[in-house]
Amino acid sequence: MISLSDFLVVGALLFCLSVAGIFINRKNMIVLLMAIELMLLAVNLNFIAFAHYLGDVAGQVFVFFILTVAAAESAIGLAILVVLFRNRRTINVQQLDSLKG
Amino acid sequence: MEAVASMAFQVPDMTPALPEIFVLTMACIILVVDVFLPERRRALTYLLSLATLAGAGILTLALHEAEPRVTFGGSFVADTMADVLKVFIYLVVATVFVYSRRYLAERGLFRGEFFTLGLFAVLGMMVMVSARSLLTLYLGLELLSLSLYAMVALQRDSARAAEAAMKYFVLGALASGILLYGMSVLYGVAGTLDLAELGAQLSGPAARDPALVYATVFVLVGLGFKLGAVPFHMWVPDIYHGSATAVTVFIGTAPKMAGFALLIRLLAEGMQGLHVHWGQLLIVLAVLSMAVGNVVAIAQRNLKRMLAYSAIAHAGYLLLGIVTGSAEGYAASMFYVIVYAIMSLGAFGMILLLSRQGFEADHLEDFKGLNERSPWLAFIMAVLMFSMAGIPPFLGFWAKFTVLQAVVRAELVWLAVVGVVFAIVGAYYYLRVVKLMYFDRPQGSAPLPAGGEARFLVSVNGLAVLLLGIYPTGLMALCAGSFAAGG
Repeated sequence: MISLSDFLVVGALLFCLSVAGIFINRKNMIVLLMAIELMLLAVNLNFIAFAHYLGDVAGQVFVFFILTVAAAESAIGLAILVVLFRNRRTINVQQLDSLKG
Repeated sequence: MEAVASMAFQVPDMTPALPEIFVLTMACIILVVDVFLPERRRALTYLLSLATLAGAGILTLALHEAEPRVTFGGSFVADTMADVLKVFIYLVVATVFVYSRRYLAERGLFRGEFFTLGLFAVLGMMVMVSARSLLTLYLGLELLSLSLYAMVALQRDSARAAEAAMKYFVLGALASGILLYGMSVLYGVAGTLDLAELGAQLSGPAARDPALVYATVFVLVGLGFKLGAVPFHMWVPDIYHGSATAVTVFIGTAPKMAGFALLIRLLAEGMQGLHVHWGQLLIVLAVLSMAVGNVVAIAQRNLKRMLAYSAIAHAGYLLLGIVTGSAEGYAASMFYVIVYAIMSLGAFGMILLLSRQGFEADHLEDFKGLNERSPWLAFIMAVLMFSMAGIPPFLGFWAKFTVLQAVVRAELVWLAVVGVVFAIVGAYYYLRVVKLMYFDRPQGSAPLPAGGEARFLVSVNGLAVLLLGIYPTGLMALCAGSFAAGG
């Protein structure tokens, strides 16, 4: 039997991985978008595990909404990425430094 | 599972959500109408958007009742706070549309997308303001954020706007993810998404669960990012600076009110039982925001960037009222956020008004000697700057006063002293703008743009700050009334 805490540990690990992916990655913007998706998946895992062990469907409904929003979010993220690449000919995170002060 | 199957489906009462349904329908209609409009008829989109906001305002006022009306299985509420904030959101967004019209037209941005995205953002804010469950809160927040990301990227040929949009997107998505993670733990402990039930659960014995400290930290980090509170503020100046000014004024005004509603719904209604935890953490955020915002703003040469740091500082003052955890403090914060939205609307409106084709008017030097070129506009800008600095008798003074009063009543006198000290530091950079306008020689002699209706509205905006500052009791009573029945 897999216990609730096992799910939560996996969720927390995925979450940490995604945060690390956002902050450590200095090269590629696409990896950043993937890390953001991973973060939402970690949250989904948490919600599903809680919903299952609480015997409550509300958490699973929430997951459907998160999945939908995540799809919309990655669509907008990729669209912005295309605009950025057209303007600057690069998707390197380190070169995003024209705004500062 | 059985409970779900046995429950007969009931059509929810739609009337409390009529303004939202109206805005959604109109936004979709405008989206379609705009596709078939020839370029020279684009003004129709603009007029329809204004009509939508006016119609939503009439609906909200007509449907208003003193008693909160809950619908959609308890996930939506229309109470006094929601109605007051919604009316101000319509007013502010309509004013933003009028201010931006000429600016957008001169830059080839006067397209239907700006207005439809703006209306969808308004819908997101309305849902956030009326949310009564974690799910609706999240959906409203995302609808608002996604519309704003796209609006920033609307200026497709600008490398700066693209960079700002990317930064905004990544940090906004990160903030949503962190906030959601906190929400998932809250759900796990309380077993409900309903904010009222969550509030009841968390004030009982469940409040001692150590996982809640963990959840509170995540929720606060997410909220800190969304509000632009230090140390999660680094995106604010870049996004304000990089976006087209018409988008900056949108981001810098109405969403602040929605952000306040997010704080109230989540912290005051859902997590009031955890006030011991989040109160302490918010004090740290508030003090850091007031300090960093006010001090770093002094070093800025770009007015949009300066106003961004000023927004960070104002977020700190906004948090001061929430920190108290009392109805009085919440009402003070609500007053503060409405006043802040009106003031920053005027200040950004002035930048839009003075800009012309190929000239942004967003440097401090551009305001040099404004008094010689247009004494009236210089006077309005001076009123706005005095008000932002919190000098009596302007509206901004009363905003700071009520918040600090609530803090003193909550026996946090040292915090009020910190607030006053940083307000004095902040006065320096606001008054510097006044000094530039009145005591420096103008640079360049290009005539000021005529302005038309935007000039009239900026004047009304500035005079409102002055007149409401002389008679602030009406607006204060409105905010106090929103929290009169304990939330």
